[in-house]
Formats: sequence, C-alpha cells, structure tokens
Amino acid sequence: MRHRPMTLALALVAALALAACGDDTDSDAVPQSGDRPEETAEDTSPDSSDESDDTTTTSDGADGGAFPVTVEADNGSVTIEATPERIISLSATHTEMLFALGAGDQVAAVDLQSDYPPEAPDGELDAFQPNVEAIAGYEPDLVVLSYDPGDVVESLELLEVPALLLDAPADFDGIYRQVEVLGAATGNVGGAAEVVGQMQTDIDQIVADLPEHAEGLTYFHELDDTYYSVTSQTFIGQVYALLGLENIADEAEAAGTAGGYPQLSAEFIIESDPDLIFLADATCCDQSPETVAGRPGWEGLSAVANDAVFVVDDDVASRWSPRIIDLLRNVAEAVTTFEPAG
Amino acid sequence: MNDRPTRTTVEAIIRPDAPAELAPSRVRRRWFAVAVGSLAGAMALGIFLGPAGLSAWGVVTEAVSTIPGIDAGPGLTDRQADILWKIRLPRVVLGALVGGMLALSGAAYQGVFRNPLADPYLLGVAAGAGLGATLAIAYGPDSSSWPVEALPVFAFAGAFLGVTAAWSLGHASGAGRNAATLILAGVAVAAFLTAAQTYVQQRETETLRQVYSWILGRLATSGWHEVLLILPYVVVSSVAVLLHRRLLDVLAVGDDEADTLGVRTERVRLVVVAAATLGTAAAVAVSGLIGFVGIIVPHAVRLVAGTSYRIVLPLSLLGGAAFLITADVAARTVASPAELPIGVITAFLGAPFFAVVLHTSKRAVQ
Repeated sequence: MRHRPMTLALALVAALALAACGDDTDSDAVPQSGDRPEETAEDTSPDSSDESDDTTTTSDGADGGAFPVTVEADNGSVTIEATPERIISLSATHTEMLFALGAGDQVAAVDLQSDYPPEAPDGELDAFQPNVEAIAGYEPDLVVLSYDPGDVVESLELLEVPALLLDAPADFDGIYRQVEVLGAATGNVGGAAEVVGQMQTDIDQIVADLPEHAEGLTYFHELDDTYYSVTSQTFIGQVYALLGLENIADEAEAAGTAGGYPQLSAEFIIESDPDLIFLADATCCDQSPETVAGRPGWEGLSAVANDAVFVVDDDVASRWSPRIIDLLRNVAEAVTTFEPAG
Repeated sequence: MNDRPTRTTVEAIIRPDAPAELAPSRVRRRWFAVAVGSLAGAMALGIFLGPAGLSAWGVVTEAVSTIPGIDAGPGLTDRQADILWKIRLPRVVLGALVGGMLALSGAAYQGVFRNPLADPYLLGVAAGAGLGATLAIAYGPDSSSWPVEALPVFAFAGAFLGVTAAWSLGHASGAGRNAATLILAGVAVAAFLTAAQTYVQQRETETLRQVYSWILGRLATSGWHEVLLILPYVVVSSVAVLLHRRLLDVLAVGDDEADTLGVRTERVRLVVVAAATLGTAAAVAVSGLIGFVGIIVPHAVRLVAGTSYRIVLPLSLLGGAAFLITADVAARTVASPAELPIGVITAFLGAPFFAVVLHTSKRAVQ
C-alpha cells in the first residue's frame, strides 16, 4: 500500500491555487453559527458554538477531564459538553495523536489515510472529499480534521456535532498545543501531558547526543521526484532546525508563495550542493540513493559522493504526530554517521 | 500529382487580391526572419538565465571551449558546467520541441476543422493523456519493474485512446463532411475522460500532488532523456503536417471546392489530424498539460503575417518554440529558486501577448 500523505498534497494544492482565497485558518475565521453568543465568564473569545443554556462553565482543560470544556482550534473556540465516546478522525496525524494520548478507545471511525497505529479502526471515510452524511452516520460526538474543503465544519455545527479543525502547525509548540487540545477535548489531559513530556525528553536527549559537526550542515528534504521540498517554516523543517541543520529550500521562502512547500528547480539544488539529502519519496515515487545518483548532473554532488543520501519514511515525515520523534531520531543518526570525505 | 492543384490555382482562389499586396514570398521571408530571430533570442535567454547564477561570460567560454581545438579557459566550474549541459540546455531544447509542436498542432487542427478555436487539446487528446497519466501515477508499475518510465507511455496511450474515441464517435455521426460534429464529439469524449480522471484522483488522494503537478505542466527534464524520447515524434509529425500546408489552404475554401480541385479532403484530414495528435501526445506525455500555446501562437501569427497555412504552419512552429522557452524562463526565474508551473505562466503571458498582437494588427490595418 502506498500512502501518500494527504496533508502535504493539500497544502500544495492550496498554495498553488494562486492564493485565491485568504488563509481561512486565521483565528478570526470563526464559525458563523454563534448567533446567540452565551455569556461566558472568563473566555476571552466567547464563541461557544452550541447551546449550553443551563451552564456556561468553561474550562481550559487544566483540571483534567472536566466537562463541558472549551478548546481553541483553528476553527475558533469549540465547546464539548461531555466526554466524547464516538470520535471520528479525518486526519492520519490526529488519529496517531488520539491513540498516543490514550483516547484510542473513544475513536469510532477514521479516514482512509489513517493507517497507524495498527489498532486503529480501518478507515472508510474520505478526508479529501468529506461527506457530511457519511460522517454523521457514525453518530459522532466529536470530529477531528486537518483539512476542510469549505463547509464540513459548518455543516457539522448545523448537526450540533463539535468539530476540531487542526491544521499543520509551524513548529513543535504547535504540535504540543494540538496534543493538549485533543487531550482536553477527549478527557485525557493527563495522557496528553505525558505525550508532550515524553516528546520533550526525547528531543532533549537526541539533541544532547548530537556530534559537534552537525551544526551548519546543509540539507535538502525531498518530498517527491519533482523536487517539492519544505522550508524551515514547516513542522518538518523544524525537525532539522532542532539539530542545527540549514535548509537549502529556505532561500525559496523569499518568494513566499508556496506556503512552506516550494518546488525547487534542479539547477538550484545542484548549485547549492547540500551536505545531506533526505528522501521522503521512497514509497510514493520509488526514489532511492541509487536513483538520486543516477540523475543527470546529480552524480557529482557531495551528498552522493559521501553516501549522505538517506531515506526517511514518507508517512512519518509528513505527519506531525508523536512519531515525528522517529524522524528526528533518524535524521540525528544520519548526521552522526555523516563523514565528509577528505 | 495530377490531382493536386497547382500553387497558382490555390493562390488565386485563396488570395484573389494577391497581386495588390506584397509578393507572398517576400512576406514570408520577412516573417521568417522575425520568427527565427525570436527563437534565437528566446534560446539565448533560456541558456543565460536560470536559478543557478551562471555568469554570462562563463557560459560563453564554456560554449566556445566545446569547439574542438579551442580552449577558451575555465569559464565554469565542473558543477556549473553540469548544470548548463545536463539541466539547463536540455530544458531549453525540450521547451522548443514542445512549444513548437503544440503551436503547430494547434494551427493544423484549426485548418482541418476550419475552426479558429480548435486546439490540440480538443478531441480528447489532453483529457485522454490526463487519464493515462493519472492511472500511471496511481496504479502504474514501479519504475523498477518496467524497462521504461510508465507515465509517458500511459499518457501517450491515453491521448490516442481519446482521439480515437472522438474520431469514431464523430465519424459515426457523419463528421466526414462536418467538422463541427467532430469537435462536439471531442468535447463529449473529453468531458467523459476528465470525469474518469477525477474519479481515479478522488479514490487515490495520496497521488494528488503528483497528478496535480503533471496537469499544470512542467518542462523539467532528467537530462536529455525526454528530448530524445519525443524528438522522433516531433520530427515525423512536423514534417507530415508541413507537407500538407498547401492542402490546408485548399480545405480552407470549403470541402466542395476542394473536391472539385481534386483534393481528397477526407484523407488530408485523417493524415493531418493523426500527425498533429501524435506530436501533441508525445509532447504532453513528457511535459504535462501546457495550455494556450496551441491557440495563442497560431492566432498571433495569423494576425501579423496573414492567414495562408503555408505561412501560418511554419511560423507557428518557430513562434511556439520561442514562446514556450520564454515562458519557461519566467517559470524558473520569477520565484527562483522555487519553480512556478509553466501552465500558469503560459496563461499569464498568453493573454497579454495576444492583446498586444491584436492591438498591433489593428494599427497595421488602419
């Protein structure tokens, strides 16, 4: 099975669509259904999108499993009345997060791309063209998604199903925040804190064990064989940044039109001559250190000469789940084994 | 050759006022010089400009040094030379082949169907290629288990499937005498194939980006591989189309008139359409769907240089090549070091370019 990470594809589609519409994940893009805003005590953005007419107690989840709880997602503040027992995840990343933080039992259905962990239910829902009726058919009490083609969240609100839209974050803090949001929303605050704590411990350990020569090495992270890449403004780029590596794609950031996922020209990659090349397209596009070495003009690159072309897992390198630590570890190992020739 | 009209007969029919104008051969020579000049200029632009900052002097010395017996000195580093010879130059050449082929096919289709809006992408060529490419990306064999890359083969097969379906459908409805029927059949086939492609894409969302990237078109090459892949097709179909340039002029006056002049209209149509489709399919297979070239370039040529296919066809070939090379220079430099999809550039450049041509020709008429 080839599982091409959908989120990246979608990010690209969005970026390439000539920025026709504004960034709708901004915090001001709140749901339109709050026509009867309830009085909320301490919440600074009182946009509870459902009708809690008896109590308006909100909690930011700090006191563990207390419901109702209001959390901040990319679609604004969302209030969840009671511990959700039937969660639908339309995002492979968030399926992984839910299972990692201990909400796996509450997951009723997932999308086609959600293939990890193994105990996750078999995916049937299409996250690219979500069908609200199909989603509603599972009678969910919480829906988590990383992409909304336009009206899914709104439709779910009409059905009074709380939905959390959690877009790809730009850094690790964003990842931790999403884990915590999911923890609070599912009544697993402790599990979420544990996951975040473990991630931070692992990162500290990996960074501490890093050899000195890592600092300042340049790299190229290849998303597919048409040279789409990532900049340091993405969560993938942040993995490398943690290790002190320099991203050749960052120069493309000035052009700034690709939302962190620019398509680099071959000329530029060769001229930049990165120390390390990471292939996140071994599964999707059959790329390998051998195919890279066989590309015209690439055979003379330092990374090819120094055996510094590495394969990383397509899926792991495209999801901001706790498994991102695996990517970090793989990259750190690659850096450790790296020996510049001569 | 008795069944062919002589050149003067055709000339007299197409251009009854020809003597009043500039002698056609002089018109042709003048515009040929312009077209060849533009192509040379575009190629120079394509060779000198790119995301890797190769110095112009370095490129020149490098080029001069390739002449046996001359060593102009080290102009470029080895890596820069690699970039020039293995990345940039093949791309310029590929741009010329694809652009020339698309524009020539567009002009040919317009002649065959006597429809100024005909374009290589009509008749289901692009839709068929798109379906083929999508299938190759979604379900195609691994590159390791196939001797050749699957995508061009699938796209090529799809293009032929598309045009064959359109042709059969149109023919069954009596398109032999009615070009409009054929075009309508093409539209129907294209719509169907596009729907099939979208369906596959929706089923296989993980391949979305690859399909999308291909649909928008790109000239990126892996060395000379793509150039060599399509060169034979481009040569064969260009020669076949260009050999029929006079007959297309005859077709322009109407089937009945052409019949009385002894032109076998049916056969001309079949040969020209087959040749144009072959070339387009090859171009599309390696470069994806690059729109507008097939329609903008022949029209621009017609506006400035007259409507005779003897002039429109060769000038479209040269002009299309120059146009696409220029568009590609923009694609790889505007957002450098990121690339823009060339299909977007051709659309952006195409429309204003067309407006300028319209304006110029209006002034010329006045």
